[in-house]
Amino acid sequence: MAMIDEPLYPIAVLIDELKNEDIQLRLNSIRRLSTIARALGEERTRKELIPFLSENNDDDDEVLLAMAEELGVFIPYVGGVEHANVLLPPLETLSSVEETCVRDKAVESLCRIGAQMREQDLVECFIPLVKRLAAGEWFTARVSSCGLFHIAYPSAPETLKTELRTIYSQLCQDDMPMVRRSAATNLGKFAATVEASHLKTDIMSIFEDLTQDDQDSVRLLAVEGCAALGKLLEPQDCVSHILPVIVNFSQDKSWRVRYMVANQLYELCEAVGPEPTRSDLVPAYVRLLRDNEAEVRIAAAGKVTKFCRILNPELAIQHILPCVKELSTDSSQHVRSALASVIMGMAPVLGKDATIEQLLPIFLSLLKDEFPDVRLNIISKLDQVNQVIGIDLLSQSLLPAIVELAEDRHWRVRLAIIEYIPLLASQLGVGFFDDKLGALCMQWLKDKVYSIRDAAANNVKRLAEEFGPEWAMQHIIPQVLDMINNPHYLYRMTILHAISLLAPVMGPEITCSKLLPVVINASKDRVPNIKFNVAKVLQSLIPIVDQSVVEKTIRPCLIELSEDPDVDVRFFATQALQSSDQVMMST
Amino acid sequence: MNGGDEVVTAPVEPPQPLEWKFSQVFGERTAGEEVQEVDIISAIEFDKTGDHLATGDRGGRVVLFERTDTKDHGGSRRDLERLDYPIGRHPEFRYKTEFQSHEPEFDYLKSLEIEEKINKIRWCQTANGALFLLSTNDKTIKFWKVQEKKIKKISDMNLDSSKAVGNCSVASSSNSLSPRPYLANGGCPDRSYSSLSNELSFPPGGIPSLRLPMVASHETSLVARCRRVYAHAHDYHINSISNNSDGETFISADDLRINLWNLEISNQSFNIVDVKPANMEDLTEVITSAEFHPSHCNMLGYSSSKGSIRLIDLRQSALCDSHAKLFEEPEPPGTRSFFTEIIASISDIKFGKDGRYILSRDYMTLKLWDINMDSGPVSTFQVHEYLRPKLCDLYENDSIFDKFECCLSGDGLRVATGSYSNLFRVFGSSPGSTEATTLEASKNPMRRQVQTPSRPSRSLSSSLTRVVRRAGAESPGVDANGNSFDFTTKLLHLAWHPSEKSIACAAANSLYMYYA
Repeated sequence: MAMIDEPLYPIAVLIDELKNEDIQLRLNSIRRLSTIARALGEERTRKELIPFLSENNDDDDEVLLAMAEELGVFIPYVGGVEHANVLLPPLETLSSVEETCVRDKAVESLCRIGAQMREQDLVECFIPLVKRLAAGEWFTARVSSCGLFHIAYPSAPETLKTELRTIYSQLCQDDMPMVRRSAATNLGKFAATVEASHLKTDIMSIFEDLTQDDQDSVRLLAVEGCAALGKLLEPQDCVSHILPVIVNFSQDKSWRVRYMVANQLYELCEAVGPEPTRSDLVPAYVRLLRDNEAEVRIAAAGKVTKFCRILNPELAIQHILPCVKELSTDSSQHVRSALASVIMGMAPVLGKDATIEQLLPIFLSLLKDEFPDVRLNIISKLDQVNQVIGIDLLSQSLLPAIVELAEDRHWRVRLAIIEYIPLLASQLGVGFFDDKLGALCMQWLKDKVYSIRDAAANNVKRLAEEFGPEWAMQHIIPQVLDMINNPHYLYRMTILHAISLLAPVMGPEITCSKLLPVVINASKDRVPNIKFNVAKVLQSLIPIVDQSVVEKTIRPCLIELSEDPDVDVRFFATQALQSSDQVMMST
Repeated sequence: MNGGDEVVTAPVEPPQPLEWKFSQVFGERTAGEEVQEVDIISAIEFDKTGDHLATGDRGGRVVLFERTDTKDHGGSRRDLERLDYPIGRHPEFRYKTEFQSHEPEFDYLKSLEIEEKINKIRWCQTANGALFLLSTNDKTIKFWKVQEKKIKKISDMNLDSSKAVGNCSVASSSNSLSPRPYLANGGCPDRSYSSLSNELSFPPGGIPSLRLPMVASHETSLVARCRRVYAHAHDYHINSISNNSDGETFISADDLRINLWNLEISNQSFNIVDVKPANMEDLTEVITSAEFHPSHCNMLGYSSSKGSIRLIDLRQSALCDSHAKLFEEPEPPGTRSFFTEIIASISDIKFGKDGRYILSRDYMTLKLWDINMDSGPVSTFQVHEYLRPKLCDLYENDSIFDKFECCLSGDGLRVATGSYSNLFRVFGSSPGSTEATTLEASKNPMRRQVQTPSRPSRSLSSSLTRVVRRAGAESPGVDANGNSFDFTTKLLHLAWHPSEKSIACAAANSLYMYYA
């Protein structure tokens, strides 16, 4: 056993714990692998540490995951790019383990290292590694190999490039669906590195095979490839090769495939150009908006704005808008909800006239939807509405919707609307707010559900921030303070909480004159919970108010509370006193 | 099955009835030994290659067996199979390992006890030599990985552990394999990390006195680790789990719902079938079993307590409440009795290997269905027709609700299912076959074999020659040898080896293996 100098203990422990029984300690050591490497020096890192890690690869997945991640940034510790090769063997083993997240991380790290490696090293080490993985006995290695081709390919000499393309096409026909899925997922990345001449031949034939795979899960991923490939091809090639495929997919038997198309279609519009978009993609999209399966309509409805932005307004009004109208009364609430969350984005595309004429009625009907999520989604995008049509037109329909949501049976709905109140207030302006919403804000402070009261207290604070202390003095503070006399202690507690939130916004003067007396008064409450909350609030007020007020008012009150019969009250009062001592010391 | 159309009626000679022989027994009872409830086997499953067999029991344990007779050939087994001449050996298995998959639990919200009993086991794709399987009890599905792990011996630490431990008041509780290093002053090393900031400078050549621990591994041991737990998705008891051919998803079915999972995601599942009526009083039918098609990833079948099998296409819609195909046999007129509906309930369905046929088991029969023909079963096999007069007794003692499993041979030419008195039956399912064997789960399986050959009874349908209802060799005379049938010894679970003529079946706590 070696004798270790005192300053080296920490690092010695770290190294020993690479093999500790406790997984947390092993994880910790792996996370500090760079420190260990620096302590060993570059040469020993290459000759000892890296082989050591390669051999000890049957550890728990958490440890392997951390190892895969650390090795990705390890080039500086092995002596720079010219030694990057030594990092490949441990990552090669990690990219064939059974756990997907470890493999993915190892592939990510291999890509990161490969991107920095010298060309010669790529040819001598990296490409053979890719080939080994692609020929792996277990599917796990083959799955990983698919994600490495785009790094290996650009540096490969011509013959090797041909071989790599052949290997990739074999992977796309692998027996295991997992491998084909991985090949389909990575096809776009690989295709981006392949020369244009091969793109049209080799890659397109690979792509066509994948689009005809009998596994839905593979075809799904081929859809994703459509957009990526489309962007690589010349528009006319895209029209002749990709367009028929995507139009076919949009009528696939499997709703999952159509769902993917609905999500991706808008990305392809740019690749094919305006004319094919009009003649083929718009009809395909309209079909998807009217699909039998609600999930597909949800995906299509969610992309309606993005799609319209690409089209010219006439097309949008002529083809898309009628579908949008239908969707606003769709039988599935989720479809309406998806539509509600994006529909306002259509307004700038359509222009003011079409918006008021066509979009506004849809918008208003969604605002009256029986399903709260739909209404909430509309309200959450209120700023967009305001920009286009102004609030006057809306306020008549908006208010009933807000009031109804504010009184919804489900507290989560009430919570959601409270969170939008400051946004609404800023959009609607002081006048409207005073008339209509002020009362609601006070009502929430007396809600039966704690989360609502808590959110309401926060809301009061945010309103004070929005409209300023003066307005708050008139419209919030008196009403809030009034509620401190509520017979139920839980409501009194909410008010104390609101006061502690309001005080920093209102400033020292108002705090001393209006808020503090109420708190001091509450220290005489008969409920101990109120009393120790008073202590907590007082503690939070100490930094806000003047030192003299602390001495004259707050400390005496706290001292009294610190002699309370209740142990919790004494605890929090003492804590507050200590913090006031600290404030005094520092000043 | 020749798998051809009806037109192709080339007279294929039905295979000869098999001569079954005893191969092995695990957990055999000695005379008079009481069976412990927890030891009773509740699930049996071969993996896809047939090299492994798993059983689950009521005590929540999963036991794995591995095939031994192929190991000597190493990797050349495939080649030998291709040679297509019989190897003079039959599959033999040995105990591999076991682990506790499920523990008894209590659902405090619903005041329900959750048994640890393993309802189903399904094997997943093998990777890197590690075995993966899914096991489920009534509520929770677990994903297990069973792998050889090296037992490591670690030496050559930087810190002299023996000396350090002596200084420390807290003795290291772990064993000597890897002692927790303590600093000489007795402090805990974790603290010292704070001083190990990145600014700490090391000499460019590194510190020569530091060394990496040496790891020596001499032997390996099998370790089962639970990788994922798929819980809280079923309000009712899970009766089936089934892997999809896409290798990434599986389904779990309870009485009223079928959920679709991704193997990698345990906190989310999608409901794909929901037969729960708005009002539970309108409930007339429950799901009894469900299975994915062996190769079409979008197709799955499920059976119901009313005796129907529904085939659904996952492509059609997200919630597959409408089936693509419905298979049920119209009730023959005039046969209706109090028990008709109870005995019509299907307890198990299995797809054949090629995915064209579905085998179903109801209380009295095995039925083979062609998925291209939904007018009725291709064949019906009577399993224990002699019990029909006794249905009343069976109802009284609840035996009528026993859930027998069924299985097909790898080549699809034979089907098998269990019965009472530890009997099980093997039928030839190819057209024209009259094979109907009764075997007993004991060391002498043919003891009960009845010599009278079975005859196909009259065809139900004149045009479809293959629709043959075969009455087995039953007559009340079967138990004329004086044995009264024992309803407590029932053979519910059995599995056919995927490529060999070999059956594993469970009789209480014993696993019997037979070959032919």
